[in-house]
Order: sequence, then C-alpha cells, then structure tokens
Amino acid sequence: MSVDTKKLVKNAYRVTKERYLTALRVRVPGGHLDTKQMTLISRIADRYGRGEVHITTRQGFEIPGIPMSRMEEVNREITPLLDALQKTTGIDLKVTFEGYPAAGTRNVSACIGNRVCPFANYDTTRLAQDIEGIIYPNDFHVKIAVSGCPNDCIKAHMQDVGILGQVEPLYDSKRCIGCKACVDNCRKRVTGALKFHNFTVQRDHEKCTGCGECILKCPTAAWTRGEKYYSVVIMGRTGKKNPRLAAPFLRWVARDVVLKICENLYSYIDKHIDRSLPKEHVGNIVDRTGYPVFRDEVLQNVDLGERAMVAKHINFGGYEYHSNASF
Amino acid sequence: MGYKIYREKFADLFHELRASYEIYAPVTKKDKGMYSDTDLITYDKVESFTEIVFDKKTFFSPKEIVFPIRQTLFYFTEDSVLEPTKLEKDIVIFARACDINSFRSLDAIFLQNGPYEDPYYKKLRQRVKFILLPCDGFENCYCACLGTNITDNYSAYVDVRDDAVYCKVKDAYWKGLWSKYGEESEVEPRYVSKNENTFEIPQKINNSIFEHQMWSEYTNRCTGCGRCTVVCPTCTCFTVHDIRYDDNSKYGERRRVWASCQIDGFTEMAGGHGYRHKQGERTRFRVLHKISDFKKRFGFQMCVGCGRCEDACQEYISLKNCIHKISEIMAEEEKV
Repeated sequence: MSVDTKKLVKNAYRVTKERYLTALRVRVPGGHLDTKQMTLISRIADRYGRGEVHITTRQGFEIPGIPMSRMEEVNREITPLLDALQKTTGIDLKVTFEGYPAAGTRNVSACIGNRVCPFANYDTTRLAQDIEGIIYPNDFHVKIAVSGCPNDCIKAHMQDVGILGQVEPLYDSKRCIGCKACVDNCRKRVTGALKFHNFTVQRDHEKCTGCGECILKCPTAAWTRGEKYYSVVIMGRTGKKNPRLAAPFLRWVARDVVLKICENLYSYIDKHIDRSLPKEHVGNIVDRTGYPVFRDEVLQNVDLGERAMVAKHINFGGYEYHSNASF
Repeated sequence: MGYKIYREKFADLFHELRASYEIYAPVTKKDKGMYSDTDLITYDKVESFTEIVFDKKTFFSPKEIVFPIRQTLFYFTEDSVLEPTKLEKDIVIFARACDINSFRSLDAIFLQNGPYEDPYYKKLRQRVKFILLPCDGFENCYCACLGTNITDNYSAYVDVRDDAVYCKVKDAYWKGLWSKYGEESEVEPRYVSKNENTFEIPQKINNSIFEHQMWSEYTNRCTGCGRCTVVCPTCTCFTVHDIRYDDNSKYGERRRVWASCQIDGFTEMAGGHGYRHKQGERTRFRVLHKISDFKKRFGFQMCVGCGRCEDACQEYISLKNCIHKISEIMAEEEKV
C-alpha cells in the first residue's frame, strides 16, 4: 500500500504504531461543539474506527483505528464538521469534503469561559473561534489557548501564546460598606493589590492582575466591571529539551490587539523559520532571534492603547533536561 | 382619578415632572452585573421615562435613596462642625407595593423607635412621593402571605400597556398635570393576589427556637457575605466612623455606613468579644428580627416578602424555606 505520509499528516491524520491504521484529529475551536457534531464523531468512530474516541489535551477528538484505505470516505463524511468550523470561525475553506486542509497550527483551546463560569471575564469560546478564524488553516506549528481569567485553568502558560482575560475593576466609594471582603480575598487568593485605608479601599494598579475577584466579592456593587482587557503570555512549552512556563508579554490590551498579534505572529514565523528543518517550533525561532525581534515584529502596526504594558525583557528560564544540577 | 395617556404624551408629562423632582426607578445598568456580560437591574436616578424597567425586580432595594450606603452626617474642623446643607429637589420613587410597604418598616425604625427621630433619615424621607407600579410577582416573592402586596401609600399609579400608560392619581396636587396630558379612564392598581410561593408566617414563635439545632445548618452553609442584608429593603443597621483626612488629620467627617449582622465585626466589643460568632446564630438573629422581634415591638411584620435575600444569596439559602422550617418546628411543639 502506498501512502503519502506528509499529505496524510497535513490532512490531520497520523502515522500510528499499527501499520495501515491511522487516527483522525477533529478540531474543536474553543472546546465547544453542538451535540449534532458529537453524534457524527461517534458515528465515524463506530463505522470506520473501533468505536472509541480519545479526548485530546487540546480539546479536540482523536478517532483511532481508521484504516488508511478509508480516509477518503471519512473525509467526505466529516464534511458537516468542516462546514460547522467555517460557520463558527468565519474561515473560508473553499472545499469541505476533502478533510482538514492543515494540521500544523493546533486547535485553539479555551476554558469554559463566561458562558458558564462566574470568574471568567469574557466569552472564551468566541475568542478562540475568532483566533482560529485568523490563523487556520496553517502549517506552522503554533499552540494557542485562551483563559477567561488569570487563574488560567486552560493552562495558557503552557502555550506559545496564552491569552488571559482581565477586567478593570471600578470602585465607587459611595457604595462601599467597608466589609473588606475584597481586601481579604485579594490578599489571600490573589496579589494583595487592595488595601483598606481610612475606611476606604485603595487599589494598586501595578499589583492588580485584573482578575475581577473584588467585583465578585463585593456585596453592594461598590466594585463593578469596567473595560475588558487581556494579558498575553508567550512561549510556554513542554518538549524534551527545555520545558518552561510562558512569560508575560503584554498586559491590559484590547481584544483587537490580541487578534492582530496572532496574525502578526505568522508573518514573524514566515520570515524567520529555518526551512532546512521538516518543521520548527515557534519557541525555538524566538530562542534564535531573541525576544526584542519577536516583540517588534509582532507589535508592528498594532495600536496598543493607553493602558497597555509591554515586557521590556524576558528571561524565559525553564530548565534544560540535559542539566544534571538537581541530581 | 384615572387617566389613559399615550406613551409620547407620557414622556412629556415625565419631562415636566422631572423639572420639579428627582426621579428614581428600576433601571438596567448595562454590563454592571457581578458576572461579565450581565446587567444590573437596580434603582437609580432616571432622566427619561424610557429608561425605566417595568418587567424585572431590582437586585438592590430602594432604601438607599433615603438611607444612603455612606452618608456624611457632618464635617469637623479644629473648632467647628458643619452639616451638609445642599438643598435638593423632592424625590419621586417608582416602586411596587412591596417596596413601598418596606418604607413602613424603615419609618418605624428611624422615626418611631425610641425618643428621637433620626433627622438624617427624616430629611430625605419627607421629600419622597411614590408612584406605584403594577406587579405580577417574581421568583421567590411571597408578599401576598404578608399583606404587603397591596398599598394605598402612593401619589400616582402607572401601568404601561401597549401604546399607552394607564394611571391613577391620588395626589390632588398632581391631578392638574395628569389631566393636561391624558383622557379620563377607569384605572385601578393591579396587585399580585397570590404568589407562586404560599405559606404562613408562624404567628407565635417560642423561645425554644433559639437553641434549636436547625441553625447549625446555616453555620455550615452561610459564608457571611452580607448580601441578604444589603439587598433587603428593611435592613437598617449602620455604624458610624470618624474619618480624619490624610493631609490634615485635624479635619474630617463623621460618616454613617451600612452595617450587616451577617458580617464579621458587627456589634463587636473590646477584646474581640461578640454576641454571635457563628453564622447560624447570625442567621437566627436576622430571621427572627424579620418575622418576630420587630412585630413584637411595632405590631406588624418587618419583612415585606420581596425575596431579594434569596435572589442574592450565593449559597442558595432561602428565607422562605427557613420560615417554613420554623413553622414546622412550632407546629410540632404545639402537638406535644
């Protein structure tokens, strides 16, 4: 049997340990899909696979045990999934009956967000779908995740680009009864950005992460929601060489900025990627060009807004597997 | 006297009313809900008739209009004291029967509880006129069980239906204004006659309830955030602070601020002593004040059955469920 494995991989299938059997990865931007698509995924697993579905760490589905000979049939059958992808993300895929057109740029994952979670500062599903709309289909290996608040339940700190929702809390001292629920909570659970002085709460903007917990704790709506903002962390990764948490890149930027930098990231990669390699991970490109080059190119033509903070330097840190310092 | 006034005409009437009054009514504050992308329905000053929300219950009650959350009683310097003297317009509040009735409880506490009237409350309260809104009841309400579903304490009644506003005007002073814009019509206020939640408030609550184990449940469930008391239209507890200004500590102000029997620090004494440390004890204090102690003093129930405490509780604690439990316990004791 002759199979072009490069084409197979680009088509969101993979070479598995079982010869002639493959697995299909279904994209679920924002980790949200309707039950009709669930039914279709289940039908495909029953008909072409072995009646099993694996839930991936990026919130997609992987359907294992599909014979390589039946990929074309499967591609035709998943047409409704690609149609739905177009609809939710606004992508124009041109053809939707030949399976996924690319797999390098990974599914954009999201925490449950403000459709359900009281802590979330925005609709994460919608943002994930909008980002997917900008960056997919693309072969560059990029991982993006969006989190509703700085608690980062989606582990955006393990991504190339992680988006964390912020809100500017507004304080109306006339409504404050001085119960200190916000101050105590901020000290115990967040960064201690609030202080109680002269029976009034004072907020240190430098320390404030914009998590919005003070608003949730306030019984009188003395704290209310101001503008929505986002912070962006970059170049977190696992891997066998130098795993590390993402580092803060931007704070207090608007939604448009988030979308624009996702777009600019791809121009940056296109310009600097080492094409002698089969693929190069974006984190390694930044390691090579250095953060300032990345920063300047990704922020090109971006109107950051008055509130924005941009990291001057980044020390990515992490650890090297080959270092024996701890052993 | 009843009137039918077309909406556009009523907007003109409202405009004229606004020249003489500060008007407060239920409004939607967009994106000001506690959770992101949610609105806050609350009382606020309104500029136009179209801002008023007629079909939703407010999260906070109208009490803050006459009993501000923070109120400067006077300013002090080294050798003088100065009361704020800003003269304001009279106040009109658009409210449903339960909320208008809540002012009866507020009046009792501030004006009839002891030898002195509260002058700060009185100053605002005496300027208030009510415009009654119709009500079909909301989730968690039980006004009909308390008789607070009906009131005759209003100057006018307005009911917006389709393209017209149906009004009844009781205040002789306002009849001229209303007749200028509308045609006479037979209008009677629409009240809730029966809530979804119907139960009886126990007439007699024995002291045995004090030590009953039922309160321990609330020690486990209640987090002491105080929402039930801040949203309550009849909770009136406050504390007083002297604030000395940062740049000159010889100057400052005396301020009164809402307090809550549910929040740490309430009636705390020297050495950290307090009357009620457990949340169950605090719940008992609040509930018995609402449905028993106040009535013993003033002859009517403090609670008006608006259900806001239940709407606001993040731990899903229900006052009506608690009252129901008390009823059952009392009925059980009767049998024995």
